[in-house]
Amino acid sequence: MTEHAWLWSVLWDLLKSLILLGCVLISTAVLIYGERKVWGAVHLRRGPNVVGPWGVLQPFADFAKFILKEPIFPAGANKVVFILAPLVGVVLAMMAWAVIPVNEGWVVADINVGILYIFAVSSLGVYSIIMAGWASNSKYPFLSALRAAAQMVSYEVSIGFVIVTVLLCAGSLNMSDIVRAQDTKYGLLGWYWLPLFPMFIIFFVSALAETNRPPFDLAEAESELVAGYTVEYGASLFLLQFLTELVAVLTMSSLTAILFLGGWLSPFPWIPIIGAPSVFWFLIKAWGVVFMFSMTKAIVPRYRYDQLMRLGWKVFLPISLACVVIVAAVLKLSGH
Amino acid sequence: MTAAAVFFYIFSAIMLASAFMVIAARNPVHSVLFLILAFVNAAGLFLLAGAEFLGMILIVVYVGAVAVLFLFVVMMLDVDFAELKRGFLQVLPIGAVIGAIVAIELIMVVGAWTTAPANLIAIDAKAPAGITNTQALGQVLYTKYLLFFQASGLVLLTAMIGAIVLTLRHKVVKRQSIEEQNARTPETAVELKKVASRAGV
Repeated sequence: MTEHAWLWSVLWDLLKSLILLGCVLISTAVLIYGERKVWGAVHLRRGPNVVGPWGVLQPFADFAKFILKEPIFPAGANKVVFILAPLVGVVLAMMAWAVIPVNEGWVVADINVGILYIFAVSSLGVYSIIMAGWASNSKYPFLSALRAAAQMVSYEVSIGFVIVTVLLCAGSLNMSDIVRAQDTKYGLLGWYWLPLFPMFIIFFVSALAETNRPPFDLAEAESELVAGYTVEYGASLFLLQFLTELVAVLTMSSLTAILFLGGWLSPFPWIPIIGAPSVFWFLIKAWGVVFMFSMTKAIVPRYRYDQLMRLGWKVFLPISLACVVIVAAVLKLSGH
Repeated sequence: MTAAAVFFYIFSAIMLASAFMVIAARNPVHSVLFLILAFVNAAGLFLLAGAEFLGMILIVVYVGAVAVLFLFVVMMLDVDFAELKRGFLQVLPIGAVIGAIVAIELIMVVGAWTTAPANLIAIDAKAPAGITNTQALGQVLYTKYLLFFQASGLVLLTAMIGAIVLTLRHKVVKRQSIEEQNARTPETAVELKKVASRAGV
């Protein structure tokens, strides 16, 4: 047993990763169905209601459809990069989940630089889009890739500063420590959304832009660019691109829940049973943020590209930079 | 062989291979993609060396921002690969000679390096127990080396200002004024006209 201890630890990590990936993929299916139902409700439509009871099997039907279709490669495409792009995207999107704690100790890799790791992985995600756009060898995907890359690089800056304010308050780069730092006697009033309120809003809006979600889905603005960098893709490769986007939404929602909404902590720690911290609180918070993402898509019209860039560089960047200085000064003066 | 050694050889092998492919690849976009792969593997080596903060920052800054701009520029270039390859064989001998000279010089310079004994201890210095890599780095960067840190910031600022000065042209372009657009109301934006029949506006 002892000489094979490392083997067991590797197998245990593998098992944990598989369980986590399973949960993420199932959540993605729930996300597809749930979002379409939410949009349906907002638009006074029914949403998916044909496959299975209340249409709940719709995501699986979509999945089967994509898998069974014939993949088509454009004649002028750079084949290797064309195939590599969605693979890189989906691997990176899944990788981020390694450091996301869903409950006390429920995390695959509890590393010291957890938040930097997420930041690094999400900054790599832009390559999937650029590679897809370039390899398609077609006008619209290329334009869309340029837009997406510029957009993601721009909003990463403000997200970075917002995260810095949280890190200043928490005093750690470890995701679990950030949640523990929000564990005060004030319950939900002690979570960082309230003391860092403008940052919370900036983070949410930047997360929408970072994941290329409406109202910032300029990369796939169908009225201008058909479907952006996904135009030339079909079948399984398109499925992977689709999955990348949805997993990114889940990641960003979980990140919001961890950084600003106290992760697995209960909002009412003084009440006996529901006051206990548990994974359910994390799920409720994360799905709550996902719901806000969906509602935004349902009700907000798309931004113009220059408005998007202006918002990122001229509004969010100065505000978040000023907030970093203010938060640091307040912490220093109050003796933390 | 421990797991760390296995990963060291994997990262190093991929890094060297992709570094070679950067210069060997025919397509410049592939070159940049191989460069990015080399960066990522270098970050992996940093992680193995225990410099987790540096590894992550390498990815965030170089791969996530700098290399994206590289890729942008290279993708925009309209390179004729056949034209690029023509005459390759004629210049190959000269290139090989120059390359060999530079390589010999480098070997001579690097081979003559000696490390002061005091610094040999510093190479092995681990972060003090009980604090993370990031804290250890922050504690020396913002205290002992504060001046150098600020100075390097100024160097970067100068470079940025230089780039802006070189490229800024005040051309007459139509600019969007968001304030003006937001200030529009139905009263100021819409005009209702009563048009007489057969008279036009």
